[in-house]
Amino acid sequence: MREITLSQAVNEAIAEEMRRDDTVFLLGEDVAEAGTPFKVLSGLVEEFGTDRVIDTPISEPGFVGMAVGAAMTGARPIVDLMFGDFIYLVMDQLCNQAAKQHYMSGGKLTVPMVLRTNMGATRRSAAQHSQSLQALVAHIPGLKVAMPSSAYEAKGLMKTAIRDNNPVVIFEDKLMYQDKAPVPEEEYLIPFGVANVLREGTDITLIATSSMVQVCEKAAAMLAQEGISAEVIDPRTIVPLDEDTLLASARKTSRVIVVDEGHQSYGITGEIASRINEKAFYHLDAPVLRMGAMDVPVPFSPALEDITVPTPEGVVEYARKLMSGEMIHAA
Amino acid sequence: MAKAKTKSNAEDYLRMYRQMVRIRTFEDNANQLYLSAKMPGLTHMYSGEEAVAVGICEALTDSDRITSTHRGHGHCVAKGAEFKEMFCELLGKEEGYCRGKGGSMHIADQSHGNLGANAIVGGSMGIATGSALRAKLQGADDVTVCFFGDGATAQGLMYEVMNMAALWKLPVIYACENNGYSEYTKTEEIAAGSITARAEAFGIEAHKVDGQDVLAVNELAQKLVARARKGEGPFFIELMTYRYHGHHVGDINRAYYRSKDEERDWKDNRDPIVRFRSYLVQEGLASEEEIEAMNAEIEQDATEAVAYAEAARYPDVSEVDMHVYAD
Repeated sequence: MREITLSQAVNEAIAEEMRRDDTVFLLGEDVAEAGTPFKVLSGLVEEFGTDRVIDTPISEPGFVGMAVGAAMTGARPIVDLMFGDFIYLVMDQLCNQAAKQHYMSGGKLTVPMVLRTNMGATRRSAAQHSQSLQALVAHIPGLKVAMPSSAYEAKGLMKTAIRDNNPVVIFEDKLMYQDKAPVPEEEYLIPFGVANVLREGTDITLIATSSMVQVCEKAAAMLAQEGISAEVIDPRTIVPLDEDTLLASARKTSRVIVVDEGHQSYGITGEIASRINEKAFYHLDAPVLRMGAMDVPVPFSPALEDITVPTPEGVVEYARKLMSGEMIHAA
Repeated sequence: MAKAKTKSNAEDYLRMYRQMVRIRTFEDNANQLYLSAKMPGLTHMYSGEEAVAVGICEALTDSDRITSTHRGHGHCVAKGAEFKEMFCELLGKEEGYCRGKGGSMHIADQSHGNLGANAIVGGSMGIATGSALRAKLQGADDVTVCFFGDGATAQGLMYEVMNMAALWKLPVIYACENNGYSEYTKTEEIAAGSITARAEAFGIEAHKVDGQDVLAVNELAQKLVARARKGEGPFFIELMTYRYHGHHVGDINRAYYRSKDEERDWKDNRDPIVRFRSYLVQEGLASEEEIEAMNAEIEQDATEAVAYAEAARYPDVSEVDMHVYAD
């Protein structure tokens, strides 16, 4: 199978959906000729023209609000938010407007829009261009949240997001744009709410989102050399969450580490860990552990930044402790 | 009162009068529901501003769209909504426009092009502008009117979307209902300079009109809507009007921010319904008796709708987690 980059995969998904459905259009800062700073959208304006690939002023609340209005009136806008950190700028339009229209109208109005943005530290971009803010939007009923972990995932999830009748926020890991993966030429979609078991194992479950999937796959390979069999699961979408697959794995292995690049406190990892505690408690041999980014603003200096995010070595260390029983009576 | 050119519009005029009275009657009944503790929560009365909603919405068709505000009952009625579903919504009943999930501040009636009230001041400006973008991309000639108050002119979103609307010549009309008060504060204390000049800074043609004169509002709206359909938009209108009640129904003691004399002056001398009624009689378009009969019929409709809504069912509890996500 051919291999393409995550960036190309996103581009293909959008192009295919724009060819299929003329209500789909793109809106955002420097999405046309520039193709975004990461060049993810290069070539689209040449094919679809400036009516459907629309460069906006630097007005995030404005163009996200306009996407909401266009979606409510029959279009399927894809809004490009240049950095995930800018979600703070659009919170009212996303969380008070887009997320709630369907419910507030008793099901009459729908907001079929995609907000595609990014996440991920270690790009030396410091505190305002490095955050992983998926927990903020996952908290809001009415929004769906997808977190692709490879080029293959990015294409299939993007196509599903565009066809979904709800506001969907997709977080792409900006450090993975050039990572290649096998992606079929034929069309495929990846349904929301269906987790992917990347590696089967019997001793410990590593639940990982987006960038952390690679981290956990590396960790699992290292653990295998020590005779520890780790299962690696990518939930793919955190809203909706495929609880069944996660719980089944927890019941099987009895030990779980949840890894996500958002801040550890009040985050995705805590939510997933709680659900496992509530619903698989008697199957567990150890507390469910969370591994997120440190609870500090992302520092600029490489010497500092690199220690704020989970690493394969860190996951291995936690896994060893869980296996040896060290974490059981931690209190 | 702006002079009508001919009397051939008698039917339109009587409909405008009827719609203004319907709004006032709706609000009087809603206020009573609040005062008698039959309505959950609070509501914001549109009384006094009827000529604004009616003058503009009478220039629109059902496929034209509006976005409304927390003070939105007037826009909803003017865009074609029915009393029964509106009162049901205000009381949180199953047959309400939003199945009781939105209430007064989120009432929406998309079958008549009302994309909904919005409880975030200025929160719908993006939605209205996006609706206009949709019309343009679609090649449709639908116009969107964005209603908002003077208070919302202090929100940054307005300037972001007006900039884009002007750049892309979108068919949107920004209708600023300047009722003199931003919640509990005089507009002159929150708005520097001229409101219309702000739109003009983006190259948007802006007008200021007497919002208590339904014919003046309608005449201007007709012209601007027709031009917006031809791609000459966007436009901005500042409508000078007055809010008879407080910020919301519970805002009773308000002498600290505005005087009773001022309120009395607007009600006695500039009431949009009284003014238009005199005009209709004076011009021989309706007799006093016909008008009284119309008023009584509307009052009767409202009484029946209120009774219906009071007796109507609440949504089943199983609806609580329905409509969070669309299929």
